[in-house]
Amino acid sequence: MTALLSVQNVTVRFGGLVAVDGASFDVERGTILGLIGPNGAGKTTLFNAINGVYSRHAGSILFDGARISGLRPYEVARRGVARAHQVVRPLNDLSVIANATVGAAFGREDLSLGAARKVAEETLASLGLADKAELLANKLNIAQKKRLELARALAARPRLLLADEVLAGLNPQEVTDMLRVFRDLRTQGVTVVMIEHLMHAVMNVCDRVVVLDYGRKIAEGSPQEVTNDPKVIAAYLGDPKLAEGMSS
Amino acid sequence: MIRYRVPFLPLVVALLAALAAVPILTNNPSLREELFLVFMLVTLASSINIIMGYTGYVSFGHIVFFGLGGYFAFYLMQVQGWHFLAALVAAAIPSAAIAALIGFPILRLRGAYFALATVGINEAMRVVFNNWDLFGGAVGMFFNFSVYSQYGGARAAGELAYYTMTVVAIATIATSYAIKRSKFGLALMTIREDQDVAMIVGIRPSRPKIAAYVISAVFPAMAGATFFFKNGIIEPGHAFELLRSIESLVMVVLGGIGTVAGPIVGAAAYEWLRGFLITNPALANFQLFLAGLLLLITVLFVSSGLVGWLRDRFPAVRSYIP
Repeated sequence: MTALLSVQNVTVRFGGLVAVDGASFDVERGTILGLIGPNGAGKTTLFNAINGVYSRHAGSILFDGARISGLRPYEVARRGVARAHQVVRPLNDLSVIANATVGAAFGREDLSLGAARKVAEETLASLGLADKAELLANKLNIAQKKRLELARALAARPRLLLADEVLAGLNPQEVTDMLRVFRDLRTQGVTVVMIEHLMHAVMNVCDRVVVLDYGRKIAEGSPQEVTNDPKVIAAYLGDPKLAEGMSS
Repeated sequence: MIRYRVPFLPLVVALLAALAAVPILTNNPSLREELFLVFMLVTLASSINIIMGYTGYVSFGHIVFFGLGGYFAFYLMQVQGWHFLAALVAAAIPSAAIAALIGFPILRLRGAYFALATVGINEAMRVVFNNWDLFGGAVGMFFNFSVYSQYGGARAAGELAYYTMTVVAIATIATSYAIKRSKFGLALMTIREDQDVAMIVGIRPSRPKIAAYVISAVFPAMAGATFFFKNGIIEPGHAFELLRSIESLVMVVLGGIGTVAGPIVGAAAYEWLRGFLITNPALANFQLFLAGLLLLITVLFVSSGLVGWLRDRFPAVRSYIP
């Protein structure tokens, strides 16, 4: 069986700046891939290339064996790719339940409003936002907004979830809860690519890890392999002692 | 998105229908004239609300569709001898087509650029009709008195116009309500909040935007057809009057942008206030000044408008007033 997502030699340029430089990797079905690297390494840019926000890139991106490079974001979404942003983007003047319903109604399944609302309610409940359903999204605090961002993505019942630092800014208990959500997703067969700076989370849930630095892939492997890779330690973790402390 | 506790639409329709019957039953022509105007303003404000309130595109020159509908219907009645109701329906079609045609390029613009483009289109249309002899040029067109005779005289024609405007207003409100509760409406509101997010969740923005613009053009076109039928005369300055456009925006903001009830309340309140000011000798000259002041106060302190303020202040109201 082919990989669900295959990134092949993808390069994204902004004028003279090469943000992603010939990156290649595969994501197998039902696995969680961690995408890590220092700030400015091109992780979010790569997400933007995958879901069509930067549709002009060199190289190919295959989803489920079909080329999705050059498709518009709504076409990528309808194939079953959902995205949770690093900087949360709630639909402020809509209720929490409406935000989640938007995710369910327009994606791959193209549900009716009633059916979408049911899915949205279930999704909110699974993320502990059920009691906030009728509030306006802008009334939530930041941790709740992060959960809402994920709820909108999950309500689409995606085949591939692009999660961009959804754990940042959460307290340890919330991180533990969120990691359970990701493990549940994997059990349900959802494939996840997560950008994450929180190393213990990456070590905990990721099946494989890809490391970017200055837009290039510098390492790929299991979390243990990657964190022991001298190149990664040099580029990302900097201090080898710190890396040892984290991998234990 | 909200399950309403009262049947809002039947309630509003019944209320408006009952209100519309009052001047007929009491044989009060001046009240009929006032209500005709209120229903027209409700139509204009509710239509603008679909593109401005739900979709987030401020259509400053929206009165262009009122003028176009008026001109097309007038031409069909005066020159081609069509019945008013046939002309009304027929006039809505080219108006909608023009909305689709201009909507396609200008709905790509965001924010102030879209607003300015709509003003430009309204001004351009006025110049076009000013110079188009088919539609009477700068002088415009006026009915022969014989036109009204097929409806049983000017008075009966006036009543027909009144009933028609009532139906158009109710149809506008019903459409506005249906959109707000539909998946299409949810797409519009998602676009309003964040067009990039809309695309990422799977919405192709151009189609719903153009559809919303076309729908918001149809009802003003019908209102224009009705207004100028009753008026008996149409000329470019009156058909494409930017001030009326701006006044309808004020009504939407005053009543509550993005709500179904807001434009109704806003239009009624604005017209009531204007009636009060105009008939008051001390304030008559300050009518527009006070309207501007009111807009300023609304935007600064109650930016969600009367209905929006109620909904924000008392969340329980949300399940009663959409």
